[in-house]
Amino acid sequence: MSFAIATTLDQALAAIADGARPIAGGSDLVVGARHGKAPLPESLVAIDRIAELAEIKAGGDVTRIGAVVNHARLMTDPTVVGNYTALADAAALVGSPATRNVGTLGGNIMNGSPAMDTGAPLVVMGAQVELQSTGGTRTLSIAHLWDAPGSNTAAAGELCTAVLLPPPGDRCGSAYVRLEYRRAMEIAVVGAAAAVVLDEAGAIVNARVALAAVAPTIIEVDGIEDLVAGRALDDDGRAAVADAASSQASPISDMRASDAYRRHTVGVMARRALDAAVRRALGEEIAVPVNRALGIGAA
Amino acid sequence: MTIDMNNASAVTLRVNGTDYPMLLETERNLLGAIRDEVGLTGTKEGCDDCECGACMVLVDGQPVNSCSYLAVQAQGREITTIEGLADGQQLSELQAAILEAGGVQCGFCTPGMLMSATALLDRNPSPTREEIKVGLGGNLCRCTGYGRILDAVERAVTIR
Ligand SMILES: Cc1cc2nc3c(=O)[nH]c(=O)nc-3n(C[C@H](O)[C@H](O)[C@H](O)COP(=O)(O)OP(=O)(O)OC[C@H]3O[C@@H](n4cnc5c(N)ncnc54)[C@H](O)[C@@H]3O)c2cc1C
Ligand code: FES
Ligand code: FES
Repeated sequence: MSFAIATTLDQALAAIADGARPIAGGSDLVVGARHGKAPLPESLVAIDRIAELAEIKAGGDVTRIGAVVNHARLMTDPTVVGNYTALADAAALVGSPATRNVGTLGGNIMNGSPAMDTGAPLVVMGAQVELQSTGGTRTLSIAHLWDAPGSNTAAAGELCTAVLLPPPGDRCGSAYVRLEYRRAMEIAVVGAAAAVVLDEAGAIVNARVALAAVAPTIIEVDGIEDLVAGRALDDDGRAAVADAASSQASPISDMRASDAYRRHTVGVMARRALDAAVRRALGEEIAVPVNRALGIGAA
Repeated sequence: MTIDMNNASAVTLRVNGTDYPMLLETERNLLGAIRDEVGLTGTKEGCDDCECGACMVLVDGQPVNSCSYLAVQAQGREITTIEGLADGQQLSELQAAILEAGGVQCGFCTPGMLMSATALLDRNPSPTREEIKVGLGGNLCRCTGYGRILDAVERAVTIR
């Protein structure tokens, strides 16, 4: 078994081209291996000390969040909290202070768990993922990153270097909420993210909703705009979005919840996420994470 | 624990300001390196599964569940364990406060609690009770019911 610490991107890409698996915080990889889920890979390259992967760069036509930015930083960074608030909501719910210190954005999305917290926010905010290998760089829409539980579509040799987000606009708002049984060290029973753009009168111009832990991957709910666009959010719109989320979910039953319970509660979470996103777009300050600010989830 | 020389590499870990050279396999956890190689046993193994926080240490000042963190990943970083909090016989404010507040029963969770609390006060010197609960969210205690541990952190804040 071999282990190397990369301090530059080129070192990391060369090691990965040679068959090494990247390890950022190891909070999925090491915990999984110790559980016996999959043995530790034969060759590992640590990417958590590569400075350029730890940057958050805003301004211009894209906001770039480096792959090894950790959850603790995402939940407090002014750019993320101010403009990509659903992502901060999600990061603030991850594990505990230690998990948020060790766990990274790149690790969360590349691990591909359908219950990951940062995935649904990134989908509704139109994120792209940047993948680099010794052969070059490509970007893909984040929804195309996942194909099955615990898996991603990156090729062997590709490293996720950054998540790219469109620049913030006016009267935008986003939120992520999850159902949880505990306030710490929990994974989402179900989760939902919403992002909206309003016009000057407060009517919805654009709205997206995505769901966590109710399908083999994070899914976006189709047809949300038809249900709510052109008017201010009202009770009919809220109910229609909840119904759409519940009907498009395909949850499983496990020790944490039955499929019927998940299907029902994901509609409730979708409605609450949309509500909070609209309130934020209207200028209301709802602190990160929405779960705590509005008393959603574990008491 | 015996070490398979073919699989182990020479590593130096810096714990509480002292460098410790050792041979480590890649899969070895930081908790094992601290307890068995360095010989500091204040850091506890509870669940060994990243759930309870008994194994909490600081790596570059930030909390880490050492049971589930590769020791080799801590090379070149400053590791702080419970043994690193006191200055000789002089307890840290948090250590003194947890004794005074009666926040220790069996004591098994105490080192981990103190490491999480130390990291919390470093990033937020005057947390609210709610913020203290979030800061200690990754640490379980089977004895105290938490109230006196939270009191202890509040006490350390006020006597600062
Ligand atoms: C106690 C506990 C609680 C948790 N709670 C939550 C929670 O509430 N919500 C949640 O979503 N997750 C949770 N997690 C899961 C985990 O902490 C997160 O998914 C975290 O973001 C993973 O990041 P990492 O850097 O530790 O990943 P690693 O374990 O280092 O990597 C995970 C996987 O991604 C690959 N990888 C990592 N970085 C890259 C990259 N840049 N490019 C390509 N591949 C890469 C690795 O090879 C590995 O396969 C929890 C984990 C623990 C142990
Ligand atoms: S022993 Fe590490 S979290 Fe329990
Ligand atoms: S004092 Fe016994 S576990 Fe906390």
